Amino acid sequence: MLIEIFLTFLKIGLFTFGGGYSMIPLIQREAIEKRHWIDNDEFLDIIAIAESTPGPIAINSATYIGYRLRGFWGSLMATLGVVIPSFVVILLVSMFFLQFKSNVYIAYAFQGIRIGVAILIFNAALKIYKKVNKNWFTYVMILIGLVLVLFDIVPTLLVILIGGLVGILHTIILHRNGGEDNGGTV
Amino acid sequence: MAELFDLFITFFKIGLFTFGGGYAMIPLIQEEVIKNQWLDSVETLVDFIAISESTPGPFAVNIATFIGYHEAGVIGALFATLGVVLPSFIIILLIARFFHHFQTNRYVKGFLKGVKPVIVGILATVALAFVLRSTIHTDIMHLPDWIVDVRALIIFAGLFIIYRVFNRLNPIYLILISAVFGLVAYGLF
Repeated sequence: MLIEIFLTFLKIGLFTFGGGYSMIPLIQREAIEKRHWIDNDEFLDIIAIAESTPGPIAINSATYIGYRLRGFWGSLMATLGVVIPSFVVILLVSMFFLQFKSNVYIAYAFQGIRIGVAILIFNAALKIYKKVNKNWFTYVMILIGLVLVLFDIVPTLLVILIGGLVGILHTIILHRNGGEDNGGTV
Repeated sequence: MAELFDLFITFFKIGLFTFGGGYAMIPLIQEEVIKNQWLDSVETLVDFIAISESTPGPFAVNIATFIGYHEAGVIGALFATLGVVLPSFIIILLIARFFHHFQTNRYVKGFLKGVKPVIVGILATVALAFVLRSTIHTDIMHLPDWIVDVRALIIFAGLFIIYRVFNRLNPIYLILISAVFGLVAYGLF
């Protein structure tokens, strides 16, 4: 069973391109449809947990499913499985990356690629924006994130922490005033 | 040994403060790359983000492995990757074992309610900084020093239109198209 968990997540890690969310359909097929390890409701719960905890969604869901199946060792095998393919592939890529970059045409291509990457990052911001409630609190928080980082006022890590603490404070105040917290669907 | 410990701790910190998917990690990583003078330049980080789109696995693991290898070889890659994975691993184990309704807890929701919009602002800033760096060769703190790169501006406009017109274009295609644009703009003209 432990070996099966490892191999299944190895496969999932190997065939996921472009970030954690593209892993979701693959996990659904391998862990739910093929092996009936968990059911769909449980999987939706896992995604919700993965989204509310720090770290890559792939690691979060592998750890959780592994734990459900075989406790600590299950979670270890699942996580190792999902990490190893990218670790090995990137090691190989890293060994050749810098030589490869010194080629003049590759350097030209990367001049364009850097702009493409900026658009992808902007798109990542847009994706998160689509999922948050649109109210004055959200807009103020976006502005806080923008200004603090734009003018390099405090380290990014601290900006994230400030965001979380203000969020908790806002929830407590709303609750004390007896108001319904309508900002909670994230 | 101190270097390996630094890699581990730094990536542990990054793993602990990343909410909302792999790209949300980029601002934190960029800051550390500048602070610790990793990777020669921020451009190398940006180039690697593009590479990472076309290799398998979570972005977090890819970038940790790459920086770790670049700074301290295979062992460095191992320490950085371990660092970035461990916070999630430990937190999920605790939740699976003890807190079954973690994601519906009021304070957890409150925390995320504040964190997610802040990350939207941070990511938008980083994207803007990357665009400025490419198109006017400066950052927001040094705007008077700008040098307009007309080719980069045209590439930006072109890519922006393509990305808006083709809704949900696969990121790998966007990278490929931007590579062709770069080759044509800088190689031919």
